[in-house]
Amino acid sequence: MACETWTAKLDTYLDGELPEKEEPALREHLRICSVCASNALDRMRIKRFIQSAAPRFHPDPAFRARMQRGISTPHVALGSWRRLAGLALSAAALVFLAAALSTTYLRARAQEHQIVSELIDLHVATLASANPVDVVSTDRHTVKPWFEGKVPFTFDLPEFEGSPFSLVGGRTTYLNQSIGAQLIFRLRQHNLSVFIFQQRATGGTCSNAEEGELNFHLQSWSRNGLCYFAVGDVNRSDLAKLSALLTS
Amino acid sequence: MPLFDRLYNFAHWLTHNRDEAEDLVQETYAKALKGFSSYQPGTNFRAWIFRILRNAFLTSRSGLNEYSLDDPDEDNANQSSLPTDPHTPESILLGRLDRQLVRNALDQLPVIYREALLLCEFEEMSYQEVSVTLGVPIGTVMSRLSRARRALRDTLRKGG
Repeated sequence: MACETWTAKLDTYLDGELPEKEEPALREHLRICSVCASNALDRMRIKRFIQSAAPRFHPDPAFRARMQRGISTPHVALGSWRRLAGLALSAAALVFLAAALSTTYLRARAQEHQIVSELIDLHVATLASANPVDVVSTDRHTVKPWFEGKVPFTFDLPEFEGSPFSLVGGRTTYLNQSIGAQLIFRLRQHNLSVFIFQQRATGGTCSNAEEGELNFHLQSWSRNGLCYFAVGDVNRSDLAKLSALLTS
Repeated sequence: MPLFDRLYNFAHWLTHNRDEAEDLVQETYAKALKGFSSYQPGTNFRAWIFRILRNAFLTSRSGLNEYSLDDPDEDNANQSSLPTDPHTPESILLGRLDRQLVRNALDQLPVIYREALLLCEFEEMSYQEVSVTLGVPIGTVMSRLSRARRALRDTLRKGG
């Protein structure tokens, strides 16, 4: 196969999307063709440079706070359909505000919502990742020891055989700059995450609570100085079963 | 709010404007909440909500101005430059890349190329996910990525 043909496959290969059966031949060609190998290396460097150097735009803190409170200010200069979106959120905000009794409550709830949002983000990002776990195993005797030395705490894992949940694996993760453990479970067609952090990482947001955003539910509990958060797009009762299993 | 920062980043790259990006994100969440019955549990949530944002941009004033569904070079999608010298254009290029140069080059990309590249490189979406988000076949995703990267390299070679 001519170099032109291999070059046309390089980006797909570097994206990890080349069909598996074609990879050995491409790798062999890169091994023997210095020009194509150099081309591949440079494309990878550009790819990595774009990923790392291209600016990331961050939402203004005031906008984030406004969205979290469900309050929007319609932009007068924009079309009516954007105002409708703002008004819809404003209506929801009025309902929310009616339930709030004090600014202290609002601040506490805002912090809890922030934690919930970040954990749901972590869960979604993990599921979308090509490598969702760092340790792949259904055996608790493999997963639990893997975390030793990687997180500043230990935790117990029960036996899952006979339960509807199966352990997929785990990875380390971060919340408020504190390292923690993330365990991935499988329940029917759903993937669930259980995050474990030291209590100080959660700013005290760790009680027997249930939260939710869109179709994702979160259940939290504390045990032995650690905070546990179970997250998934399953019923609250399923999360409760997982919680009960982990606290058994 | 799931994927809030990532959605905002993508919205800003599409709109080049903070106010419009905020409106886009706000509208996305409003539509997601309203239309959540259309989401199939267990399917790719990220692709679903990114598609909402992208479609909202598509029908916005700035989106209508930017988008062209015509891809005049579609027939040439598989062409690529083949360096014949160890000092490849990419090697020379890498010697003078900087953040502003990369940003300018990305900004100059036609939006249909920019959005595909952002979803692939920034969001690390698979071709299948990008296909779902953009509502185009995987072959079209590959074509747009190939042309986006070629256009980006050409722009970077010229110094932005």
